[in-house]
Amino acid sequence: MTMNRLELTQVPIVKKILVSRWLPWSLVALTLPVFVLAILAGLFGTPAGSRNFGIVFVWIVWWALVMLLLVPFAGRLWCAMCPIPAPGEWLQRRALVQPRAGGRLYTLGWKWPKRFNNIWLQNASFLAVALFCVVILTTPLVSALVLAAFALVALAMSLLFERRAFCRYLCPVGGFIGLYSQLAPVEVRVKDHALCATHKNKTCYVGSAAGYGCPWLVFPAALDKNTYCGMCTECFKTCPLDNLALYARPFGADLLTSRGRRLDEAYKAFIMLTCALAYSIVLLGPWSVLKETAYAVGSVEWWVYAASFFAANLAIVPGLFFACAWLARRIARAATSTRELFVAYAYALVPLGLAAWVAFSLSFVLVNSSYAWQVLSDPFGWGWNLFGTADWKWTPYLAGWIPLLQIPILLVGLAAAIALALRAARELRMPQRAALPIVAFCAAFTLAMLWLYV
Amino acid sequence: MNQTRRVIVIALTALLILVALFIPIPTNASAPQTRTLEVTARQFAFEPATLDIQRGDTVTIHLESLDAAHGLYIDGYAVDLAAEPGKRAQATFVADKEGKFKFRCSVACGALHPFMIGEMNVQPNFPFVRATAVTLIATIGAVVFFWREE
Ligand code: SF4
Ligand SMILES: [Cu+2]
Repeated sequence: MTMNRLELTQVPIVKKILVSRWLPWSLVALTLPVFVLAILAGLFGTPAGSRNFGIVFVWIVWWALVMLLLVPFAGRLWCAMCPIPAPGEWLQRRALVQPRAGGRLYTLGWKWPKRFNNIWLQNASFLAVALFCVVILTTPLVSALVLAAFALVALAMSLLFERRAFCRYLCPVGGFIGLYSQLAPVEVRVKDHALCATHKNKTCYVGSAAGYGCPWLVFPAALDKNTYCGMCTECFKTCPLDNLALYARPFGADLLTSRGRRLDEAYKAFIMLTCALAYSIVLLGPWSVLKETAYAVGSVEWWVYAASFFAANLAIVPGLFFACAWLARRIARAATSTRELFVAYAYALVPLGLAAWVAFSLSFVLVNSSYAWQVLSDPFGWGWNLFGTADWKWTPYLAGWIPLLQIPILLVGLAAAIALALRAARELRMPQRAALPIVAFCAAFTLAMLWLYV
Repeated sequence: MNQTRRVIVIALTALLILVALFIPIPTNASAPQTRTLEVTARQFAFEPATLDIQRGDTVTIHLESLDAAHGLYIDGYAVDLAAEPGKRAQATFVADKEGKFKFRCSVACGALHPFMIGEMNVQPNFPFVRATAVTLIATIGAVVFFWREE
């Protein structure tokens, strides 16, 4: 897609960094120790979540970093520095920085089964984590076990399957980062497609002495959205024709292509939208029964909660949206199937969903981030005071301002959703009034969020 | 849609939003009262969890804890109480800002502590009324702005 974009790799230093084999290794070298410390603190530290590094640094600091900064402004950049798949990847490569001959991988090299060549498993893994989130967010031990399990599954998958199958198909975090990375104002793309066509060896996909074939199983020349590009920069290293570039671009550019729209991605958008609302109600609302029920895993009430949670995510919210799509079809007297409209319109929920997550996260993060100072000095809650900050008092930052930040953010998300809904109607050759039921859906969702926070 | 029309739509939407944000809303609110609210805290809930008061009221909150040490911090009001079983706490303040203010436990008290949250609604909740109006204006404004000639 040609549009206004700026090639950042024209700046020599940027190019040098991206081509260097020390990236992303050096980023992971920073995050992996933090990750290990988070797991150790969860396993051996205090069971009080707000005093445990494992809870505070993962669910407040890391979460803020990803949801408020990296995803909106840098898309999948987190995935380039993620410690979870790193041990498996290093094992698979039997190398840390410089690749072995020809970028060879030491795995059983199983092909990922075709029927799972989508993000349904990521939808499922996200829902599974989300269902237990009250427990995971508050119990250091459980949180540590979940993180360790991610790393172990990723490791096992590296040994069995080709490349980063875990990230691409299973990681619950990778799914939503991918969805929302479509909004980010940066992209990795090839500069000249014609040049790729002349390049027989396709080293960016198969690997070479300079690096590995795309760990994300993406052929760079075919990239037209950020969703599955992990920004690992291997292709910068393996492309002998210097045909890769990092571009700055307008926010949300990927959502302007209508190609490759799929039901699994649409459901990712529904699940994320629903969970942002559900968490705003359950975690941050004044209804303690909901919190206690969500926490009482295994009780009869919890099963009711679990059933409602799944129903909301998989049936109620998508069902309402389907009704809107059906109405749109009636209004337009369109020949397109309701299902096709349903999927196409769902992409309008991407900016709205991210806005809702940012609004939710602000409320949660600003209030709780001062715990970070305490656990920095006393990660295990054992009474240490490494940096003299262990007894800094809990201070909610900007607490009175949160709604004032949330309102404009939600409105920007709503406006973007409306733009995309109208555009989808035009692309499907329908009159634009066929977008109005979707507009109403998005406005109603925004009002529901506002009602919870303002 | 041509450039001028788009500029007009933006300007008009912005203008209406400003009006919705700042227009004085008449009320026939009753005279401010002095209220005393009894709030109990237990792991992990306040009771009552929703406090309804009127703008201008002078509010005294008595916090009583039924189990561990708990706190009560009101966002935006910077009221912060700490109570222990058998040791009540109280604070008095004038509710001079209207809207919804979450209040939360400010003393780490166990697993669900970060989610031990209640709400104080200082009526009339004009911020919500205004936010709703702004949302509706923005919705219509965005539809008109992004509409292309058919
Ligand atoms: S997909 Fe998941 S595991 Fe893989 S890099 Fe991204 S966040 Fe990490
Ligand atoms: Cu408490």
